[in-house]
Amino acid sequence: MHRKTILQAKEDLLQKKYSALELTQAIYQRIEKVEPKVQAFVHLTKDIALNQAQEADRKLAAGQDAPLLGIPIALKDLICMQDALTTCSSKMLDQFIAPYDATVVNRLKKAGAVIVGKTNMDEFAMGSSTENSWHHPTMNPWDLSRVPGGSSGGSAAAVASHECLAALGSDTGGSIRQPANFCGVTGLKPTYGRVSRFGLVAFASSLDQIGPMTKTVADSALLMNVIAGSDPQDSTSANLELPNFMNSLEKNLSGLKMGIPKEYFTSGLDPEVEESVQEAIKTLESLGMEKVEISLPHLQYSVATYYIIACAEASANLSRYDGVRYGHRSKKSDNLLEMYMNTRQEGFGEEVKRRIMLGTFVLSSGYYDAYYLKGQKVRTLIKQDFENAFEKCDVIIAPNSPITAFKLGERVNDPIKMYLSDIYTISANLAGIPGISIPCGTSKKNGMPIGLQLMSKHFDEESLIAVGHQFQLNTEHHLKQPPL
Amino acid sequence: MSDKIDIQKIAKLARLRLTESESDKLYGYLEQVVDYMSQLNQLDTSNVQPTSHILPINNVFRDDETSKSKNIDYLTAAPSKNKGHYEVPKII
Repeated sequence: MHRKTILQAKEDLLQKKYSALELTQAIYQRIEKVEPKVQAFVHLTKDIALNQAQEADRKLAAGQDAPLLGIPIALKDLICMQDALTTCSSKMLDQFIAPYDATVVNRLKKAGAVIVGKTNMDEFAMGSSTENSWHHPTMNPWDLSRVPGGSSGGSAAAVASHECLAALGSDTGGSIRQPANFCGVTGLKPTYGRVSRFGLVAFASSLDQIGPMTKTVADSALLMNVIAGSDPQDSTSANLELPNFMNSLEKNLSGLKMGIPKEYFTSGLDPEVEESVQEAIKTLESLGMEKVEISLPHLQYSVATYYIIACAEASANLSRYDGVRYGHRSKKSDNLLEMYMNTRQEGFGEEVKRRIMLGTFVLSSGYYDAYYLKGQKVRTLIKQDFENAFEKCDVIIAPNSPITAFKLGERVNDPIKMYLSDIYTISANLAGIPGISIPCGTSKKNGMPIGLQLMSKHFDEESLIAVGHQFQLNTEHHLKQPPL
Repeated sequence: MSDKIDIQKIAKLARLRLTESESDKLYGYLEQVVDYMSQLNQLDTSNVQPTSHILPINNVFRDDETSKSKNIDYLTAAPSKNKGHYEVPKII
């Protein structure tokens, strides 16, 4: 049962092949079996989930339907759920119980979902391997000596190990797409503003976006129908009419133009990854898509631009952790300023401190123009690159990560090397456009999944879903299972 | 980098207490990353407008209507509280 996609499980539940309670119990049995190896979760919400499953069974028995009725879903541990721990994998919020539901959680609950637990992540979403978690690292289900990617590594590993049918993650510079890639699942970062961020613990407010991590593109479309849409509690959520994302599954690809950015196929790209992506391009051509070469000339500047902007915003956002209103408070201080400083020293991990320091530096007097303002201007150039590219094509096709999942410990002491592993995903966040990672192959060297990235215009997740779904109908990469 | 990064000043602005070994490591890190960021100087951006936000949103207004408060007790998460207030150590 735990191996089902959302759409399969929905069908089974309607046909009464099993109950929502049985499905949820099967998920917890699976968690009990594989979690000692994978460690995808930081805490489970079993009591809440079993109640939700029973409620779903009552509704099913009464003939009611809802998009996710009885479907077990996991949440990255920076999405607030009332009465559950929301730790952001930080000592700072180790005991923090959210007093309210994030808008996405509220929508999942209304849609009948069963929330099975909170998944591990890099502390405050800062990292690309989930090794920066204060709790414990998460292992890649395909090879336990490798990282699951990050920062939504717990969500990706949980989906790949069938410890939930789907999960939500968040993506600031690739944190949904890169772990989805590393763990061989589908991960969609919607357009900035498509999904409400109310109740999402903020990292970089002009880049953060919540999105689905699923076994198939079709499941992502279904989840988008539930979580997308404007929200009066998030003034940056876009007030646009929503499409039915499931309709995109029927779309024919013939005549659609795919842009191939030449800058993504240069040195640094693993030849095996390139080969799989080229193979995927051929598949898409055979489905009627037309190939055009495009250029995104400022790609090489995206990592530097991203770390200026993301860290600047993070240094401001994380100023709220001062030991007053919530979270950890240092016990060894006898005045307020000392309490702030000691609390932050004790509560934050190494990478978070690095980024707060970097962000404070680029915003500080004397350096603001040279770094922060410069970064914002280069962001404009990166955004314009995409605007120009989308005059020639509907969807951009590129590798998602230049490499496959690396070994635990391999990059964690080399921040720049770690940052560069996000080079292909970061620019979509800077430009605010949607992107999706879908499995497109397996490395012959190490057996790890390879990811294909699709990007499209602002608010055109439909094209990503259409292309991604047709690709999955015609390939079997997403059906491969980790040897757990 | 022409001038040295004043790590203690940045730490104070960030309200972070750093041990000596943390300071040393962070200095090395900042120097390396800031040097990497300097590559942006290769680009002429004198005629480029900065982007702080990608959506064309300026002010978002809602109707001026009263609605029920959510009745959330935010104090439950406070590390220290007293009679309905947050409690902190002495300020001066």
